[in-house]
Amino acid sequence: MSASVLYDAPGPKTRRTSNIISAIVTAAVVILLGWFIFALGQPRTTANGAELVGLWDASRWDIFFDPDDAGELWEGLLWRGLVLGTLRAAGLAAVLALILGFLFALGRMARHAWIRIPVTIVLEFFRGMPVLLMMLFIMLGLSVGAYPAVVGALAIYNGAIIGEALRSGVAALPRGQAEASLSLGMTRMQTRFLIEFPQAFRQMLPIIVAQLVVLLKDTSLAYIVAYPELLRTSTTMKDYYGSGNYSFSFFFVTLVIYLAVNLTLSWIARRLARNRSGQAVGARRRGNKSRGAAPTPPPGQIGVDTSLLSIGQPDGMTGRSRPDTGK
Amino acid sequence: MEAIISNFGYVLEGFGTTLLLLIYGGLGASIIGVVVAFMRISPIGALRVTATAYTELVRNTPLTLVFFLIIIVLPVLQLGVPSFTGAIIALSVYTSPFVAEALRSGINGVPLGQAEAARSLGLNFSQTVFSIIMPQALRMVVPPLINVFIALTKNSSVASGFRVVELVAVSKVLANQNGDQVIPLLIGIALFYLVITIPLGLVAGYIERKVAVLR
Repeated sequence: MSASVLYDAPGPKTRRTSNIISAIVTAAVVILLGWFIFALGQPRTTANGAELVGLWDASRWDIFFDPDDAGELWEGLLWRGLVLGTLRAAGLAAVLALILGFLFALGRMARHAWIRIPVTIVLEFFRGMPVLLMMLFIMLGLSVGAYPAVVGALAIYNGAIIGEALRSGVAALPRGQAEASLSLGMTRMQTRFLIEFPQAFRQMLPIIVAQLVVLLKDTSLAYIVAYPELLRTSTTMKDYYGSGNYSFSFFFVTLVIYLAVNLTLSWIARRLARNRSGQAVGARRRGNKSRGAAPTPPPGQIGVDTSLLSIGQPDGMTGRSRPDTGK
Repeated sequence: MEAIISNFGYVLEGFGTTLLLLIYGGLGASIIGVVVAFMRISPIGALRVTATAYTELVRNTPLTLVFFLIIIVLPVLQLGVPSFTGAIIALSVYTSPFVAEALRSGINGVPLGQAEAARSLGLNFSQTVFSIIMPQALRMVVPPLINVFIALTKNSSVASGFRVVELVAVSKVLANQNGDQVIPLLIGIALFYLVITIPLGLVAGYIERKVAVLR
Protein backbone atom coordinates (compact mmCIF):
# COMPACT_ATOMS: atom_id res chain seq x y z
CA MET A 1 0.00 0.00 0.00
CA SER A 2 1.42 3.33 -0.97
CA ALA A 3 1.33 6.74 0.58
CA SER A 4 -0.76 8.00 -2.30
CA VAL A 5 -3.67 5.83 -1.26
CA LEU A 6 -4.21 7.96 1.81
CA TYR A 7 -5.10 10.92 -0.31
CA ASP A 8 -7.86 9.02 -2.07
CA ALA A 9 -9.95 9.34 1.04
CA PRO A 10 -9.74 12.99 2.09
CA GLY A 11 -11.97 14.60 4.69
CA PRO A 12 -15.26 16.33 3.76
CA LYS A 13 -13.71 19.79 3.41
CA THR A 14 -10.86 18.55 1.23
CA ARG A 15 -13.32 16.59 -0.87
CA ARG A 16 -15.34 19.72 -1.65
CA THR A 17 -12.22 21.68 -2.60
CA SER A 18 -10.89 18.82 -4.68
CA ASN A 19 -14.19 18.56 -6.59
CA ILE A 20 -13.98 22.25 -7.50
CA ILE A 21 -10.33 21.97 -8.54
CA SER A 22 -11.16 18.81 -10.47
CA ALA A 23 -13.79 20.66 -12.46
CA ILE A 24 -11.42 23.58 -13.16
CA VAL A 25 -8.61 21.28 -14.27
CA THR A 26 -10.86 19.24 -16.52
CA ALA A 27 -12.23 22.42 -18.10
CA ALA A 28 -8.68 23.76 -18.59
CA VAL A 29 -7.48 20.54 -20.23
CA VAL A 30 -10.53 20.45 -22.53
CA ILE A 31 -10.15 24.14 -23.50
CA LEU A 32 -6.41 23.77 -24.11
CA LEU A 33 -6.83 20.67 -26.27
CA GLY A 34 -9.70 22.32 -28.15
CA TRP A 35 -7.64 25.44 -28.81
CA PHE A 36 -4.71 23.31 -29.98
CA ILE A 37 -6.87 21.34 -32.39
CA PHE A 38 -8.54 24.55 -33.62
CA ALA A 39 -5.21 26.39 -34.03
CA LEU A 40 -3.63 23.55 -35.95
CA GLY A 41 -6.55 23.65 -38.36
CA GLN A 42 -5.98 27.32 -39.31
CA PRO A 43 -4.38 28.23 -42.62
CA ARG A 44 -0.85 29.64 -42.43
CA THR A 45 1.67 31.19 -44.77
CA THR A 46 5.30 30.12 -44.70
CA ALA A 47 8.24 32.54 -44.61
CA ASN A 48 8.54 32.49 -48.39
CA GLY A 49 4.89 33.32 -48.87
CA ALA A 50 3.59 29.86 -49.73
CA GLU A 51 0.15 29.12 -48.39
CA LEU A 52 -0.21 26.17 -46.06
CA VAL A 53 -3.66 25.08 -45.20
CA GLY A 54 -4.08 23.93 -41.62
CA LEU A 55 -3.35 20.52 -40.24
CA TRP A 56 -6.76 18.96 -40.17
CA ASP A 57 -8.08 19.73 -43.62
CA ALA A 58 -4.75 20.11 -45.38
CA SER A 59 -3.17 16.94 -44.26
CA ARG A 60 -5.85 15.03 -46.13
CA TRP A 61 -6.61 12.11 -43.90
CA ASP A 62 -8.60 10.65 -46.78
CA ILE A 63 -5.33 9.75 -48.48
CA PHE A 64 -5.21 6.80 -46.11
CA PHE A 65 -8.57 5.59 -47.39
CA ASP A 66 -8.25 6.62 -51.02
CA PRO A 67 -8.84 3.47 -53.09
CA ASP A 68 -5.99 4.37 -55.47
CA ASP A 69 -3.29 4.94 -52.89
CA ALA A 70 -4.43 3.42 -49.63
CA GLY A 71 -3.42 -0.18 -50.28
CA GLU A 72 0.12 0.67 -51.27
CA LEU A 73 0.41 3.25 -48.54
CA TRP A 74 -0.70 1.01 -45.68
CA GLU A 75 1.39 -1.80 -47.08
CA GLY A 76 4.38 0.53 -47.04
CA LEU A 77 3.79 1.79 -43.51
CA LEU A 78 2.66 -1.37 -41.78
CA TRP A 79 4.44 -4.10 -43.70
CA ARG A 80 7.66 -2.52 -44.93
CA GLY A 81 8.01 -0.01 -42.10
CA LEU A 82 6.67 -1.77 -39.03
CA VAL A 83 7.14 -5.47 -39.77
CA LEU A 84 10.13 -5.62 -42.12
CA GLY A 85 11.84 -2.60 -40.58
CA THR A 86 11.16 -2.09 -36.91
CA LEU A 87 9.96 -5.51 -35.77
CA ARG A 88 12.52 -7.49 -37.79
CA ALA A 89 15.41 -5.48 -36.36
CA ALA A 90 13.96 -5.56 -32.84
CA GLY A 91 13.22 -9.29 -32.94
CA LEU A 92 16.66 -10.35 -34.09
CA ALA A 93 18.31 -7.89 -31.71
CA ALA A 94 16.22 -9.24 -28.82
CA VAL A 95 17.26 -12.85 -29.46
CA LEU A 96 20.92 -11.87 -29.79
CA ALA A 97 20.69 -9.66 -26.69
CA LEU A 98 19.38 -12.58 -24.61
CA ILE A 99 22.22 -14.86 -25.79
CA LEU A 100 24.80 -12.13 -25.22
CA GLY A 101 23.26 -11.41 -21.84
CA PHE A 102 23.93 -14.98 -20.68
CA LEU A 103 27.48 -14.82 -22.01
CA PHE A 104 28.18 -11.44 -20.39
CA ALA A 105 26.77 -12.65 -17.07
CA LEU A 106 28.93 -15.76 -17.30
CA GLY A 107 32.01 -13.66 -18.04
CA ARG A 108 31.39 -11.24 -15.21
CA MET A 109 31.01 -14.08 -12.71
CA ALA A 110 34.02 -16.00 -13.96
CA ARG A 111 36.38 -17.31 -11.31
CA HIS A 112 39.53 -16.19 -13.09
CA ALA A 113 40.30 -12.50 -12.80
CA TRP A 114 41.80 -12.44 -16.28
CA ILE A 115 38.36 -13.22 -17.71
CA ARG A 116 36.30 -11.27 -15.19
CA ILE A 117 38.14 -7.94 -15.28
CA PRO A 118 38.32 -7.46 -19.07
CA VAL A 119 34.67 -8.46 -19.42
CA THR A 120 33.71 -5.98 -16.70
CA ILE A 121 35.64 -3.16 -18.39
CA VAL A 122 34.10 -3.93 -21.78
CA LEU A 123 30.63 -4.09 -20.24
CA GLU A 124 31.03 -0.75 -18.50
CA PHE A 125 32.22 0.68 -21.80
CA PHE A 126 29.19 -0.65 -23.68
CA ARG A 127 26.73 0.44 -21.02
CA GLY A 128 28.17 3.92 -20.72
CA MET A 129 27.99 4.96 -24.34
CA PRO A 130 24.99 5.85 -26.48
CA VAL A 131 23.53 3.16 -28.74
CA LEU A 132 23.50 5.62 -31.61
CA LEU A 133 27.28 6.09 -31.39
CA MET A 134 27.75 2.33 -31.50
CA MET A 135 25.43 2.03 -34.51
CA LEU A 136 27.30 4.73 -36.40
CA PHE A 137 30.67 3.24 -35.74
CA ILE A 138 29.76 -0.35 -36.50
CA MET A 139 28.45 0.99 -39.80
CA LEU A 140 31.47 3.14 -40.60
CA GLY A 141 34.17 1.10 -38.91
CA LEU A 142 33.22 -2.34 -40.13
CA SER A 143 31.76 -1.00 -43.40
CA VAL A 144 28.54 -2.95 -43.02
CA GLY A 145 25.03 -1.95 -44.00
CA ALA A 146 22.57 -0.20 -41.73
CA TYR A 147 20.71 -3.39 -40.77
CA PRO A 148 23.63 -5.33 -39.22
CA ALA A 149 24.79 -2.14 -37.54
CA VAL A 150 21.40 -1.47 -35.97
CA VAL A 151 20.90 -5.07 -34.87
CA GLY A 152 24.48 -5.38 -33.59
CA ALA A 153 24.45 -2.17 -31.59
CA LEU A 154 21.05 -2.87 -30.03
CA ALA A 155 22.04 -6.47 -29.23
CA ILE A 156 25.33 -5.50 -27.58
CA TYR A 157 23.89 -2.64 -25.57
CA ASN A 158 20.82 -4.50 -24.34
CA GLY A 159 22.83 -7.68 -23.89
CA ALA A 160 25.05 -5.78 -21.48
CA ILE A 161 22.05 -4.59 -19.49
CA ILE A 162 20.37 -8.02 -19.46
CA GLY A 163 23.69 -9.54 -18.40
CA GLU A 164 23.84 -7.19 -15.42
CA ALA A 165 20.26 -8.08 -14.51
CA LEU A 166 21.06 -11.80 -14.66
CA ARG A 167 24.18 -11.32 -12.59
CA SER A 168 22.31 -9.46 -9.88
CA GLY A 169 19.65 -12.18 -10.02
CA VAL A 170 22.25 -14.87 -9.43
CA ALA A 171 23.85 -12.79 -6.68
CA ALA A 172 20.49 -12.60 -4.91
CA LEU A 173 20.12 -16.39 -4.84
CA PRO A 174 20.80 -18.16 -1.57
CA ARG A 175 24.34 -19.51 -1.51
CA GLY A 176 23.01 -22.92 -0.60
CA GLN A 177 21.68 -23.39 -4.10
CA ALA A 178 25.13 -23.44 -5.65
CA GLU A 179 26.64 -25.31 -2.71
CA ALA A 180 23.99 -28.02 -2.90
CA SER A 181 24.41 -28.53 -6.62
CA LEU A 182 28.20 -28.65 -6.30
CA SER A 183 27.89 -31.15 -3.49
CA LEU A 184 25.71 -33.29 -5.75
CA GLY A 185 28.68 -33.54 -8.08
CA MET A 186 27.65 -31.04 -10.73
CA THR A 187 30.37 -29.05 -12.41
CA ARG A 188 30.48 -25.28 -12.11
CA MET A 189 29.06 -24.86 -15.62
CA GLN A 190 26.22 -27.25 -14.84
CA THR A 191 25.52 -25.32 -11.66
CA ARG A 192 25.43 -22.04 -13.54
CA PHE A 193 23.23 -23.22 -16.39
CA LEU A 194 20.96 -25.74 -14.64
CA ILE A 195 20.60 -24.24 -11.18
CA GLU A 196 21.49 -20.57 -11.02
CA PHE A 197 20.54 -19.06 -14.39
CA PRO A 198 17.03 -20.58 -14.54
CA GLN A 199 16.20 -19.18 -11.10
CA ALA A 200 17.80 -15.80 -11.81
CA PHE A 201 16.07 -15.60 -15.18
CA ARG A 202 12.72 -16.36 -13.62
CA GLN A 203 13.25 -13.77 -10.94
CA MET A 204 14.48 -11.11 -13.35
CA LEU A 205 11.93 -11.82 -16.10
CA PRO A 206 9.93 -8.62 -15.60
CA ILE A 207 13.11 -6.51 -15.79
CA ILE A 208 14.27 -8.36 -18.89
CA VAL A 209 10.93 -8.00 -20.64
CA ALA A 210 10.83 -4.30 -19.78
CA GLN A 211 14.31 -3.99 -21.28
CA LEU A 212 13.11 -5.68 -24.46
CA VAL A 213 10.32 -3.11 -24.71
CA VAL A 214 12.97 -0.40 -24.41
CA LEU A 215 14.88 -2.19 -27.18
CA LEU A 216 11.86 -1.96 -29.45
CA LYS A 217 11.57 1.74 -28.72
CA ASP A 218 15.27 2.22 -29.40
CA THR A 219 14.94 0.83 -32.92
CA SER A 220 13.63 4.27 -33.86
CA LEU A 221 17.24 5.46 -33.51
CA ALA A 222 17.78 3.62 -36.78
CA TYR A 223 15.97 6.57 -38.37
CA ILE A 224 19.17 8.56 -37.95
CA VAL A 225 21.40 6.00 -39.66
CA ALA A 226 18.86 5.85 -42.52
CA TYR A 227 17.70 2.30 -41.88
CA PRO A 228 14.17 2.01 -43.31
CA GLU A 229 12.22 1.48 -40.09
CA LEU A 230 8.76 2.83 -39.36
CA LEU A 231 9.61 6.52 -38.95
CA ARG A 232 11.97 6.55 -41.95
CA THR A 233 9.42 4.70 -44.08
CA SER A 234 6.70 7.14 -43.12
CA THR A 235 8.84 10.15 -44.09
CA THR A 236 9.70 8.48 -47.39
CA MET A 237 6.01 7.84 -48.01
CA LYS A 238 5.23 11.45 -47.13
CA ASP A 239 7.77 12.70 -49.65
CA TYR A 240 6.36 10.36 -52.24
CA TYR A 241 2.71 11.14 -51.70
CA GLY A 242 2.77 14.89 -51.37
CA SER A 243 4.13 18.16 -50.14
CA GLY A 244 4.82 19.28 -46.57
CA ASN A 245 1.12 19.45 -45.88
CA TYR A 246 0.97 15.71 -45.64
CA SER A 247 3.59 15.51 -42.95
CA PHE A 248 1.08 15.80 -40.12
CA SER A 249 -1.12 12.94 -41.12
CA PHE A 250 1.92 10.76 -41.68
CA PHE A 251 3.44 11.88 -38.41
CA PHE A 252 0.29 11.18 -36.43
CA VAL A 253 -0.27 7.80 -38.06
CA THR A 254 3.32 6.87 -37.20
CA LEU A 255 2.79 8.05 -33.64
CA VAL A 256 -0.40 6.02 -33.30
CA ILE A 257 1.27 2.86 -34.66
CA TYR A 258 4.18 3.27 -32.25
CA LEU A 259 1.84 3.89 -29.32
CA ALA A 260 -0.28 0.87 -30.21
CA VAL A 261 2.73 -1.47 -30.38
CA ASN A 262 4.53 -0.05 -27.34
CA LEU A 263 1.49 0.21 -25.10
CA THR A 264 0.57 -3.40 -25.91
CA LEU A 265 4.07 -4.59 -25.12
CA SER A 266 4.42 -2.63 -21.91
CA TRP A 267 0.99 -3.89 -20.86
CA ILE A 268 2.26 -7.45 -21.38
CA ALA A 269 5.39 -6.59 -19.38
CA ARG A 270 3.29 -5.21 -16.55
CA ARG A 271 1.02 -8.26 -16.58
CA LEU A 272 4.05 -10.48 -16.38
CA ALA A 273 5.44 -8.52 -13.45
CA ARG A 274 2.13 -8.57 -11.59
CA ASN A 275 1.41 -12.24 -12.16
CA ARG A 276 4.75 -13.17 -10.78
CA SER A 277 4.97 -10.85 -7.80
CA GLY A 278 4.52 -12.81 -4.61
CA GLN A 279 5.47 -16.03 -6.35
CA ALA A 280 9.04 -15.28 -7.27
CA VAL A 281 11.72 -16.63 -5.02
CA GLY A 282 13.20 -13.20 -4.49
CA ALA A 283 9.98 -11.26 -4.24
CA ARG A 284 9.01 -12.92 -1.02
CA ARG A 285 12.44 -12.60 0.49
CA ARG A 286 12.68 -8.97 -0.49
CA GLY A 287 9.28 -8.41 1.05
CA ASN A 288 10.57 -9.86 4.29
CA LYS A 289 13.62 -7.69 4.32
CA SER A 290 12.02 -4.36 3.58
CA ARG A 291 9.39 -4.69 6.26
CA GLY A 292 10.83 -4.78 9.72
CA ALA A 293 7.77 -6.51 11.14
CA ALA A 294 8.00 -9.58 8.93
CA PRO A 295 7.81 -12.82 10.85
CA THR A 296 11.09 -14.60 11.44
CA PRO A 297 11.07 -18.34 10.88
CA PRO A 298 10.85 -20.49 14.02
CA PRO A 299 14.25 -21.60 15.37
CA GLY A 300 13.99 -25.08 13.98
CA GLN A 301 13.77 -23.77 10.47
CA ILE A 302 16.71 -21.42 10.45
CA GLY A 303 18.93 -22.22 7.53
CA VAL A 304 16.11 -23.81 5.56
CA ASP A 305 14.70 -21.37 3.10
CA THR A 306 11.13 -22.59 3.12
CA SER A 307 10.09 -19.90 0.69
CA LEU A 308 11.73 -22.01 -1.99
CA LEU A 309 9.43 -24.91 -1.16
CA SER A 310 6.34 -22.82 -1.42
CA ILE A 311 6.58 -21.97 -5.10
CA GLY A 312 3.24 -22.68 -6.66
CA GLN A 313 1.67 -23.75 -3.39
CA PRO A 314 -0.99 -21.80 -1.57
CA ASP A 315 0.24 -19.90 1.45
CA GLY A 316 -0.09 -21.69 4.72
CA MET A 317 0.95 -25.06 3.35
CA THR A 318 4.55 -24.46 4.19
CA GLY A 319 3.94 -23.90 7.84
CA ARG A 320 5.13 -20.34 7.52
CA SER A 321 2.78 -17.42 7.57
CA ARG A 322 2.79 -15.10 4.62
CA PRO A 323 4.84 -12.02 5.42
CA ASP A 324 2.82 -8.85 5.51
CA THR A 325 4.03 -7.08 2.42
CA GLY A 326 1.18 -4.64 2.70
CA LYS A 327 -0.28 -5.66 -0.65
CA MET B 1 43.08 8.63 -31.69
CA GLU B 2 45.23 10.99 -33.74
CA ALA B 3 42.12 12.42 -35.37
CA ILE B 4 40.74 13.36 -31.95
CA ILE B 5 44.01 14.89 -30.75
CA SER B 6 44.45 17.02 -33.87
CA ASN B 7 40.81 18.16 -33.69
CA PHE B 8 40.67 18.44 -29.93
CA GLY B 9 39.09 21.91 -29.90
CA TYR B 10 36.28 20.74 -32.16
CA VAL B 11 35.67 17.64 -30.04
CA LEU B 12 35.64 19.76 -26.87
CA GLU B 13 33.06 22.04 -28.47
CA GLY B 14 30.86 19.02 -29.14
CA PHE B 15 31.43 17.80 -25.59
CA GLY B 16 30.37 21.24 -24.32
CA THR B 17 27.16 21.03 -26.33
CA THR B 18 26.47 17.56 -24.92
CA LEU B 19 27.03 18.91 -21.40
CA LEU B 20 24.70 21.85 -22.05
CA LEU B 21 22.05 19.47 -23.40
CA LEU B 22 22.46 17.37 -20.26
CA ILE B 23 22.24 20.37 -17.90
CA TYR B 24 19.34 22.21 -19.54
CA GLY B 25 17.54 18.99 -20.44
CA GLY B 26 17.99 17.72 -16.89
CA LEU B 27 16.68 20.96 -15.40
CA GLY B 28 13.67 21.02 -17.71
CA ALA B 29 12.94 17.35 -17.06
CA SER B 30 13.21 17.89 -13.30
CA ILE B 31 10.78 20.81 -13.36
CA ILE B 32 8.18 19.01 -15.50
CA GLY B 33 8.82 15.74 -13.63
CA VAL B 34 8.25 17.26 -10.19
CA VAL B 35 4.99 18.83 -11.34
CA VAL B 36 3.82 15.55 -12.88
CA ALA B 37 4.81 13.57 -9.78
CA PHE B 38 2.86 15.89 -7.49
CA MET B 39 -0.11 15.74 -9.85
CA ARG B 40 -0.02 11.95 -9.67
CA ILE B 41 -0.16 11.81 -5.87
CA SER B 42 -2.57 14.71 -5.43
CA PRO B 43 -6.05 14.17 -3.97
CA ILE B 44 -7.61 15.68 -7.12
CA GLY B 45 -8.81 13.05 -9.56
CA ALA B 46 -8.54 15.15 -12.72
CA LEU B 47 -4.90 15.98 -12.01
CA ARG B 48 -4.08 12.32 -11.39
CA VAL B 49 -5.71 11.23 -14.65
CA THR B 50 -3.99 13.97 -16.66
CA ALA B 51 -0.60 13.09 -15.18
CA THR B 52 -1.07 9.36 -15.77
CA ALA B 53 -2.14 9.94 -19.36
CA TYR B 54 0.87 12.19 -19.95
CA THR B 55 3.26 9.65 -18.43
CA GLU B 56 1.92 6.73 -20.45
CA LEU B 57 1.82 8.73 -23.67
CA VAL B 58 5.35 10.11 -23.47
CA ARG B 59 6.95 6.96 -22.05
CA ASN B 60 5.70 4.91 -24.97
CA THR B 61 6.77 7.36 -27.65
CA PRO B 62 10.28 6.80 -29.02
CA LEU B 63 12.67 9.69 -28.40
CA THR B 64 13.34 10.04 -32.12
CA LEU B 65 9.65 10.67 -32.69
CA VAL B 66 9.61 13.43 -30.04
CA PHE B 67 12.60 15.05 -31.73
CA PHE B 68 10.92 14.62 -35.11
CA LEU B 69 7.78 16.38 -33.89
CA ILE B 70 9.61 19.34 -32.36
CA ILE B 71 12.35 19.88 -34.94
CA ILE B 72 10.72 18.81 -38.20
CA VAL B 73 6.93 18.92 -37.83
CA LEU B 74 6.40 22.05 -35.69
CA PRO B 75 8.36 24.44 -37.97
CA VAL B 76 5.93 23.61 -40.78
CA LEU B 77 3.21 24.94 -38.48
CA GLN B 78 5.33 28.02 -37.76
CA LEU B 79 5.64 26.87 -34.18
CA GLY B 80 9.29 26.02 -34.72
CA VAL B 81 12.23 26.83 -32.46
CA PRO B 82 16.00 26.70 -33.15
CA SER B 83 17.43 23.18 -33.23
CA PHE B 84 19.33 23.49 -29.97
CA THR B 85 16.29 24.79 -28.06
CA GLY B 86 14.19 22.14 -29.77
CA ALA B 87 16.61 19.44 -28.64
CA ILE B 88 16.43 20.71 -25.06
CA ILE B 89 12.62 20.72 -25.16
CA ALA B 90 12.52 17.22 -26.66
CA LEU B 91 14.95 15.83 -24.07
CA SER B 92 13.08 17.55 -21.21
CA VAL B 93 9.71 16.25 -22.33
CA TYR B 94 11.01 12.73 -22.97
CA THR B 95 12.86 12.47 -19.64
CA SER B 96 10.18 14.07 -17.46
CA PRO B 97 7.95 10.96 -17.02
CA PHE B 98 10.97 8.95 -15.91
CA VAL B 99 11.83 11.63 -13.33
CA ALA B 100 8.21 11.66 -12.20
CA GLU B 101 8.11 7.87 -11.85
CA ALA B 102 11.35 7.86 -9.86
CA LEU B 103 9.99 10.54 -7.52
CA ARG B 104 6.72 8.69 -7.15
CA SER B 105 8.44 5.41 -6.32
CA GLY B 106 10.36 7.24 -3.58
CA ILE B 107 7.16 8.75 -2.22
CA ASN B 108 5.48 5.33 -2.29
CA GLY B 109 8.41 3.96 -0.33
CA VAL B 110 7.59 6.14 2.67
CA PRO B 111 5.49 4.14 5.13
CA LEU B 112 1.82 5.04 5.05
CA GLY B 113 1.83 5.60 8.80
CA GLN B 114 3.97 8.70 8.31
CA ALA B 115 1.28 10.37 6.22
CA GLU B 116 -1.47 9.15 8.55
CA ALA B 117 0.34 10.55 11.56
CA ALA B 118 0.81 13.88 9.81
CA ARG B 119 -2.88 13.98 8.90
CA SER B 120 -3.92 13.12 12.43
CA LEU B 121 -1.80 16.01 13.70
CA GLY B 122 -3.87 18.30 11.51
CA LEU B 123 -1.41 18.98 8.69
CA ASN B 124 -3.04 19.50 5.30
CA PHE B 125 -2.02 17.82 2.01
CA SER B 126 0.77 20.20 1.02
CA GLN B 127 2.16 20.35 4.56
CA THR B 128 2.12 16.55 4.74
CA VAL B 129 3.91 16.25 1.40
CA PHE B 130 6.50 18.98 1.88
CA SER B 131 7.43 18.56 5.54
CA ILE B 132 6.87 14.85 6.16
CA ILE B 133 6.90 12.79 2.97
CA MET B 134 9.34 14.61 0.70
CA PRO B 135 12.32 14.85 3.09
CA GLN B 136 12.13 11.09 3.58
CA ALA B 137 11.41 10.30 -0.06
CA LEU B 138 14.17 12.48 -1.54
CA ARG B 139 16.89 10.46 0.15
CA MET B 140 15.69 7.25 -1.47
CA VAL B 141 15.05 8.91 -4.81
CA VAL B 142 18.57 10.16 -5.54
CA PRO B 143 20.04 6.92 -6.98
CA PRO B 144 17.18 6.23 -9.43
CA LEU B 145 17.19 9.91 -10.41
CA ILE B 146 20.90 9.74 -11.19
CA ASN B 147 20.21 6.68 -13.34
CA VAL B 148 17.62 8.72 -15.23
CA PHE B 149 20.21 11.44 -15.82
CA ILE B 150 22.75 8.88 -17.04
CA ALA B 151 20.16 7.73 -19.57
CA LEU B 152 19.57 11.38 -20.48
CA THR B 153 23.29 11.83 -21.18
CA LYS B 154 23.21 8.95 -23.60
CA ASN B 155 19.90 10.05 -25.11
CA SER B 156 21.34 13.47 -25.90
CA SER B 157 23.18 11.71 -28.75
CA VAL B 158 19.90 11.56 -30.67
CA ALA B 159 20.17 15.34 -31.13
CA SER B 160 23.01 14.66 -33.58
CA GLY B 161 20.42 13.43 -36.07
CA PHE B 162 18.54 16.72 -35.84
CA ARG B 163 21.06 19.42 -36.73
CA VAL B 164 22.62 19.81 -33.27
CA VAL B 165 26.43 19.60 -33.31
CA GLU B 166 27.21 17.59 -30.20
CA LEU B 167 29.68 14.76 -29.56
CA VAL B 168 28.16 12.17 -31.89
CA ALA B 169 27.70 14.69 -34.70
CA VAL B 170 31.34 15.73 -34.26
CA SER B 171 32.43 12.10 -34.32
CA LYS B 172 30.42 11.54 -37.51
CA VAL B 173 32.25 14.41 -39.22
CA LEU B 174 35.65 13.20 -37.97
CA ALA B 175 34.90 9.62 -39.03
CA ASN B 176 34.07 10.79 -42.52
CA GLN B 177 37.33 12.73 -42.71
CA ASN B 178 39.48 9.95 -41.25
CA GLY B 179 38.10 6.73 -42.66
CA ASP B 180 41.12 4.75 -41.47
CA GLN B 181 40.76 5.59 -37.76
CA VAL B 182 37.10 4.88 -37.13
CA ILE B 183 37.52 2.41 -34.27
CA PRO B 184 40.01 4.57 -32.29
CA LEU B 185 37.61 7.46 -32.85
CA LEU B 186 34.76 5.41 -31.40
CA ILE B 187 36.80 4.64 -28.31
CA GLY B 188 37.88 8.26 -27.93
CA ILE B 189 34.36 9.67 -28.25
CA ALA B 190 32.89 6.98 -25.99
CA LEU B 191 35.46 7.95 -23.34
CA PHE B 192 33.97 11.45 -23.29
CA TYR B 193 30.58 9.93 -22.47
CA LEU B 194 32.15 7.71 -19.84
CA VAL B 195 33.65 10.85 -18.25
CA ILE B 196 30.06 11.89 -17.51
CA THR B 197 28.33 8.57 -16.88
CA ILE B 198 30.84 6.65 -14.73
CA PRO B 199 31.25 9.35 -12.02
CA LEU B 200 27.46 9.75 -11.92
CA GLY B 201 27.10 5.99 -11.51
CA LEU B 202 29.67 5.94 -8.72
CA VAL B 203 27.85 8.77 -6.92
CA ALA B 204 24.57 6.86 -7.28
CA GLY B 205 26.14 3.70 -5.85
CA TYR B 206 27.66 5.63 -2.95
CA ILE B 207 24.38 7.31 -2.04
CA GLU B 208 22.54 4.00 -2.37
CA ARG B 209 24.90 2.38 0.14
CA LYS B 210 24.56 5.34 2.49
CA VAL B 211 20.77 5.28 2.33
CA ALA B 212 20.78 1.53 2.89
CA VAL B 213 22.75 2.08 6.11
CA LEU B 214 20.45 4.85 7.27
CA ARG B 215 17.36 2.72 6.80
